[in-house]
Amino acid sequence: MSRIGVAFDKARADGRAVLVGCMPAGFPTVEGSIAAMKAMVSAGVDVIELEIPYSDPVMDGPVIQKASDIALAGGVRTADALRIVEAVAATGAPVVTMTYWNPIEQYGVDAFARDLAAAGGTGLITPDLIPDEADEWLAASDAHGLDRTFLVSPSSTDARLRMTAEHCRGFVYATAIMGVTGARSQTSEAAPILVSRLREVTDLPVGVGLGVGTGAQAGTVAGYADGVIVGSALIRCLLDAPDPAAGLTALRALSAELAEGVRHPQR
Amino acid sequence: MSATEPAPAGQLPDAAGHFGRFGGRFVPEALVAALDELDAAYRKAMSDESFRAEFDALLRDYAGTPSLLYPAHRFSAQIGARVLLKREDLNHTGAHKVRNVLGQALLTKRMGKRRVIAETGAGQHGVATATAAALFDLECVVYMGEVDTERQALNVARMRMLGATVVPVTTGSRTLKDAMNEAMRDWVANVDETHYLIGTAAGPHPFPELVRDFVRGIGVEARAQCLESTGALPDAVAACVGGGSNALGIFHAFVPDEGVRLYGFEAGGEGVDTDRHAASITGGTSGVLHGARTYVLQNADGQTIESHSISAGLDYPGVGPEHAWLHDSGRANYLPVTDAEAMAAFELLCRTEGIIPAIESAHALAGARKIAPGLAAELGREPVILVNLSGRGDKDVHTAGEYFGILDKEQ
Ligand SMILES: Cc1ncc(COP(=O)(O)O)c(C=O)c1O
Repeated sequence: MSRIGVAFDKARADGRAVLVGCMPAGFPTVEGSIAAMKAMVSAGVDVIELEIPYSDPVMDGPVIQKASDIALAGGVRTADALRIVEAVAATGAPVVTMTYWNPIEQYGVDAFARDLAAAGGTGLITPDLIPDEADEWLAASDAHGLDRTFLVSPSSTDARLRMTAEHCRGFVYATAIMGVTGARSQTSEAAPILVSRLREVTDLPVGVGLGVGTGAQAGTVAGYADGVIVGSALIRCLLDAPDPAAGLTALRALSAELAEGVRHPQR
Repeated sequence: MSATEPAPAGQLPDAAGHFGRFGGRFVPEALVAALDELDAAYRKAMSDESFRAEFDALLRDYAGTPSLLYPAHRFSAQIGARVLLKREDLNHTGAHKVRNVLGQALLTKRMGKRRVIAETGAGQHGVATATAAALFDLECVVYMGEVDTERQALNVARMRMLGATVVPVTTGSRTLKDAMNEAMRDWVANVDETHYLIGTAAGPHPFPELVRDFVRGIGVEARAQCLESTGALPDAVAACVGGGSNALGIFHAFVPDEGVRLYGFEAGGEGVDTDRHAASITGGTSGVLHGARTYVLQNADGQTIESHSISAGLDYPGVGPEHAWLHDSGRANYLPVTDAEAMAAFELLCRTEGIIPAIESAHALAGARKIAPGLAAELGREPVILVNLSGRGDKDVHTAGEYFGILDKEQ
């Protein structure tokens, strides 16, 4: 059983959804990102999604791109990201990494899987790697006992939903909207439909991401999904803060609000 | 001779878009349905006589092809090779790009979409897209790096006159790479009603194949024109390589002609041994960028390195995957040409032939000049080099004027 799976099972037993919070590794600095992720965990985030920054994040909106640019300008490297995984995993919270495919390919697919597992990471979310091109990753994740999360989208056909879910382990990531990352004022109408379509083809837990920014929205998504994934809104707490301490305070407050939200599913 | 003559059966890519280890689809799942729809529409269209007839008619009556094949005698005398120029600069909108755009605009119509988006570097693809959008009554948004909107101001004006919205992109290197990122983001968000009209033979499957097939008429025409005017095939074919559409366009019909050497000239900027160039094949490594596995300028962590070229249309840190494969298989040769070499060839063509080339195309001219002595020695006679003059230089008059000190920055 995957460690992420355990987190989903526990939450399900409590009648609530898992809160997944994303943060780029090395943003605003390596130490700053460790502090941020630890603050998120202590304020109630269940699972940390650690994004390895990439120079060309085509699926991300301006907030994540800006944070990634800051991290890269600060010199963060894939090896640093793995050190951060280790530091955050030490809190006991499951840490799943997320990145575009090229950084993994350059690190070496098997070497990355080996080092991620050694650092205590649970698995990898791949926004631009679909199962169709994933043979090497399927083998490496099997060899090193890692989860793998592929994305599905409202535009995915039933056949692709089934095929993609069959290749996932841990959970499936449903992108709630057709679009890039970024908090939105309304959560999507497409997401509940997508989740119910997924339920027809898989028993894996389903995480819903893209567009969630408030406790109320988290409660809405928790009404139909097993996991609520929040990125841009959390990152913005640090981007918009006048100083690092204020950033962490805002981050804790929003994490707590979201954690409260997932405990009150709106069905 | 038809510019829309289909590519011979059995050629790469495979059904999943792989050219050997290159190509494929490295995209968000959200785009897969649109890529599948495009692939199906494209295959249906290419096997449909009426589509090809419509495309042929547009190329002939609207774009003005076949473009001329011109023996550039005075330029030839200067470089020691018999140079035949494929005059894509004479096409409507001033570059080879119009062929691809007309093909994709027809497909857009067939798919029932009402909006096109495009990325552009030199602006020639943007102008061609804006033109086709006007002709087909489609909404048109063009993403262009902010740096490029400045050095290609004339083309920005042309696009706006044609009714397109030009969006300057301010992220990253503010050049073609970032324009492509923004266009992809737009596409992910608006894929239902929007076709992403990619401007070069790059990106996820089926774009590299589809763009190649829409531009391969360049080589089909040139091959027949060569045979007609010289009685033989050329010794070498030369083209500049940004994403690689004009190069593939002129190469493709010659790929089976083993005696014809194929040369792609990449933007060497200030030198491939510096960190200021855009030579993805000669100076890059295998990786994934913009939806395909190909050669990429990147650091050890897989972060894209910003490219540099005096030519906006070549200022791109990737290349179409078919070129990556042609390089690995040894069928084509890729060499860098520096900014200075390109500008010297630019000036030489202006002064000897009265033709102002695009700075992109000047890289191909400089490349021909570079390989001429070696070819002559090898063949024991003056070589015949077919050069793709991919576009005209009007858009570059400002850049060139500054480079040669003819214009002040303010003028
Ligand atoms: C005139 C001209 N030639 C060449 C290029 C390079 O592109 P490609 O290598 O895709 O033909 C461009 C791109 O903007 C161009 O405008």
